Amino acid sequence: MATQAPVNATLEQTAPRRLWLEVLHDWVTTVDHKKIGLMYIGYALVFLLIAGFEAILIRIQLAIPNNTFVSPQVFNQLFTMHGTTMVFFVGMPILFGFGNYLIPLMIGARDMAFPRLNAFSFWISAFGGLLLYFSYFGANGLYGAGSAPDVGWFAYAPLTARVFSPGHSTDYWTLAVLLTGVGTIGTSVNIVATTLCMRCPGMTLSRLPLLVWLYLTTSGLAFVTISPLTAAQIMLMLDRYVGSHFFDTQAGGSAILWMHFFWIFGHPEVYILVLPAFAFANEIIPVFSRKAIFGYPAMVAASVGIGFISLSVWAHHMFTVGMTAGANTFFVLSTMAISVPTGIKIFNWLATLWGGKIHFTASMMFAIGFLFQFLIAGLTGIMLSVAPFDWQLGGSYFLIAHFHYVLVGAILFMIFSAFYYWYPKITGRMLNEKLGKWHFWIFLIGFHLTFDFMHVAGILGMPRRIYTYEADRGWMIWNMIVSSGAFFQTIGTLIFVYNLIWSYFKGPIAGPDPWDAWTLEWSTTSPPPAYNFAVTPTVESRRPLWDLKHPEDPDSHYE
Amino acid sequence: MLVRSIWSGLAAQTSNGLAHGSTSIFAPAGTPAHSIFSLSMLVLSITAGIFLVVGGLLVYVVIRYRHRPGDTNSAQEPPQIYGSTQIELSWTVIPILIVVMLFLATARIIMATQNAPKPAAALDVTVIGHQFWWEYRYPKLGIVTANELHIPISDPAHPTPTYLTMSSADTDHSFWVPRLAGKMDLIPNRVNTMWIDPQTAGLYLGQCAQYCGTQHALMLLRVYADTPADFAAWVAHQQHPAIQDPAAAEGLAVFQHNACISCHTVAGTAATGTFGPDLTHLASRDTIASGSVPLTPANVRAFVENPAHFKPGVLMPPMHLNDHDLDAITAYLMTLK
Amino acid sequence: MSEAAAVTPNTAEPWVLPSRGIVGMACLIVAEAAIFIIFIVAYLYYLGKSLTGPTPHDVLELPIFTSICLLSSSATVHFAVAALHRAQRTATSLWLAATVLLGGIFLGGTAHEWYHLIVYDHLTIRTNLFGTTFYSLVGLHASHVIVGLIMLTLSLLFSVTGNLTSKHTNRLEVLSLYWHFVDAVWVVVFTVVYVLGR
Repeated sequence: MATQAPVNATLEQTAPRRLWLEVLHDWVTTVDHKKIGLMYIGYALVFLLIAGFEAILIRIQLAIPNNTFVSPQVFNQLFTMHGTTMVFFVGMPILFGFGNYLIPLMIGARDMAFPRLNAFSFWISAFGGLLLYFSYFGANGLYGAGSAPDVGWFAYAPLTARVFSPGHSTDYWTLAVLLTGVGTIGTSVNIVATTLCMRCPGMTLSRLPLLVWLYLTTSGLAFVTISPLTAAQIMLMLDRYVGSHFFDTQAGGSAILWMHFFWIFGHPEVYILVLPAFAFANEIIPVFSRKAIFGYPAMVAASVGIGFISLSVWAHHMFTVGMTAGANTFFVLSTMAISVPTGIKIFNWLATLWGGKIHFTASMMFAIGFLFQFLIAGLTGIMLSVAPFDWQLGGSYFLIAHFHYVLVGAILFMIFSAFYYWYPKITGRMLNEKLGKWHFWIFLIGFHLTFDFMHVAGILGMPRRIYTYEADRGWMIWNMIVSSGAFFQTIGTLIFVYNLIWSYFKGPIAGPDPWDAWTLEWSTTSPPPAYNFAVTPTVESRRPLWDLKHPEDPDSHYE
Repeated sequence: MLVRSIWSGLAAQTSNGLAHGSTSIFAPAGTPAHSIFSLSMLVLSITAGIFLVVGGLLVYVVIRYRHRPGDTNSAQEPPQIYGSTQIELSWTVIPILIVVMLFLATARIIMATQNAPKPAAALDVTVIGHQFWWEYRYPKLGIVTANELHIPISDPAHPTPTYLTMSSADTDHSFWVPRLAGKMDLIPNRVNTMWIDPQTAGLYLGQCAQYCGTQHALMLLRVYADTPADFAAWVAHQQHPAIQDPAAAEGLAVFQHNACISCHTVAGTAATGTFGPDLTHLASRDTIASGSVPLTPANVRAFVENPAHFKPGVLMPPMHLNDHDLDAITAYLMTLK
Repeated sequence: MSEAAAVTPNTAEPWVLPSRGIVGMACLIVAEAAIFIIFIVAYLYYLGKSLTGPTPHDVLELPIFTSICLLSSSATVHFAVAALHRAQRTATSLWLAATVLLGGIFLGGTAHEWYHLIVYDHLTIRTNLFGTTFYSLVGLHASHVIVGLIMLTLSLLFSVTGNLTSKHTNRLEVLSLYWHFVDAVWVVVFTVVYVLGR
């Protein structure tokens, strides 16, 4: 970035300082995939802190029974906002931000296929986030019954009907999520078109970096996933404003229909969140094991398979609504089936590590944490896929523990890992490794304190979304431990944010390829120039830089 | 307040887990809960096995293959292995076999629970979920009550389970008494069924498990499993209309002249409202406010004065009665045994 | 999808990748199809479940003429693309005008049908489940027709003023793909609403 005071003349050619207004204008009007990617990531980090703060408030309220730290109304808003923010305004933007930044670089392209659509997608998603939080200030509908939405992040009907949710809080939820969905579809169109139509010469689909394959799958999934949610939200808005009866049980409408539509979106959505985490793992684990990924074709097949199967499992979120035994049984089978390709991926990562020379950089430590935690998350997922067991565990704190194990233990850990890995490419400076390790260990302790013991609360019968609980259920000690973990996670995250800022100014210069890696983004400067590559590269294998560094033993001889 | 909460919480912790407060899914007390428990033990042992094997391998790999800078060849790249069809096939086939086995075990329990035949001696109870209380109707016994569910225990030799037919009057709810069975949702415009059969007499606790609005957290469940004799006595008592105690006549007048009767029913009086819980035998219960507040005159009075004191966001509005009327109405309600 | 593995830039085999516009539009079509499918599922789910009010059988008539117009417009837009490819400006303009006209007739027919349903049959979106699902599904389709017609009219204007040339063929083809999608959705909606549902 040109406003950086040049500390090292070899980093990039010195440029005159620009007015901050010029810089702002540049970023607001940019169509460069790298800047847009960074805006997504920065935006998501801000919301990560906000939603994390909401979680802290929730945990303080629940630390002891019959607590009055927040009122029930505020608590119900907190868990709704926490969930909605984390899924739509942290998870999606940060993952699509990384995709935006990395995909053109990894396929040797100059930018995304539709740069203006790219910018539009970002700004509409960003507006959605602001709209959601505006509800705290606006939305004072009739009888002061407005303010932030409090219907839960999946907003079951008929709780969202006008009669049960007066005022405009639900509308803020609906519109904000609708807008961000439009942005997601735009970015997904871009990713598919870029991947299929802008690869550099020699990069056949079978030589595509696994990260790009996974983002391709994710984007394809997004088309058939976000749309059902968009449709359901249009229906909800029509119900609330025009008097239609889609989910109006008094007129013969069905509450279950909303559930089906929502979860047809909702389940593949969590795969949209986790597939990019797999994408990062597929790039980072091989580099720090010093080995090629084990079983590339199987990894592609497993990833695409996971995408397809994820479309068939949605009603495992509805095991308790009274579906027939046949329907329940089908969804048990489809949900268990998805564990097979998922297991294949874990085994392939293990096999990549096997026989390697593992370097425990901060990035790799987070990746190993991901492996271990994703394994556990998958196993609790198998437990939940057993419908009768889900009749007990579903809707309880066991379920919350399971999905936070995936979202935090797997996805967030891989996001941290990706930051430590690609920050040097993005900024030209290394993140501080020592701070990184502090971040890792403190966050790890906090994560396990919170989410391991949360399983126990669920086993002891504690349902979710309750603002307080009875003292005689035996839940207090577990809730206290769970809440204490939040403190550690906060410290860890703050160390990370500090590291991001400090290293930008004071970190050691990275050079183009600090990790001795093998994909195309490491062949250009750090940070890359606006045009990415001075000469469009040509590739002959899956690891073009390995071939360059090992001309006597290139990958193209083997696969 | 804070100290008292912590103290009572710790006290509950140290008492016998299976006493009053326990809602552990691993302390089953009825057939559905037992069969889920058995299945869960199978699932847990399989997943524990997988965890030990795969997790163990991960720990081993991370230690064994760490980069040691002092070693010979530390600067060289290790041998690049791109894949192995045999190994990959095996770790595809073995998980498939595990999945098939687990699926068959699961399917069996689903069928057994959901399609269980109904014995002739079963008790029928209709459960209607409301924001934020439970309505119970015993159609064949002519009983309507609220929030405290009395059912007979079931002898495995001659089963007398309770079949619950469930729906909702407003939003989605869920009936979850972990020691008796898994949860089942109560959904408006839809009828769901489940059955429970506690085999030991006692009180089984639970609560609503599907977010239904502001006071979802205090929509508690109390299932009283009675011996056959106790249950028969309870039924007989409930079948009587409300006790008319002349000493509480003034309270009855207050009750009937205010808006109480538009929401509540007291059998045998002019009160026939159905929006709120049936109060015919209110004073025979242990709790008010959906199980969250013990039934005492002081609590009843405080609740009528301002329900939001106990349950902020509850749908019953404060009745704006003066002290005199409050005393009278409390006295009246306490006579409704 | 045509592509070849080029080893070096000097190999005879060219590195050919699909058109961005076509791929992008194909993705959009998949996403839009998913939205329509949800509305169609809602329609089918609620068939026969209305508690009151007019039923499909009571009030719906097969819109044969307007459907023929809409489906013919797929052919006309195809000819427009072919004409543009051959750089025949007048033919392109005429075929585009025909497409807009046929689409406009369809839209007018829908408007007429709705007027009749609302004013004479007293069926609105809030009347019953049939009203809700009918107006939302047909309305969603009509809104897509409107968007398509706006784009086609713009293309027609560009063609008439001489600004649309054969190097824009790919773009017009992308638009025609959208229009074909809109027509295909109508085939499904027609079958579900006017044939199966009545």
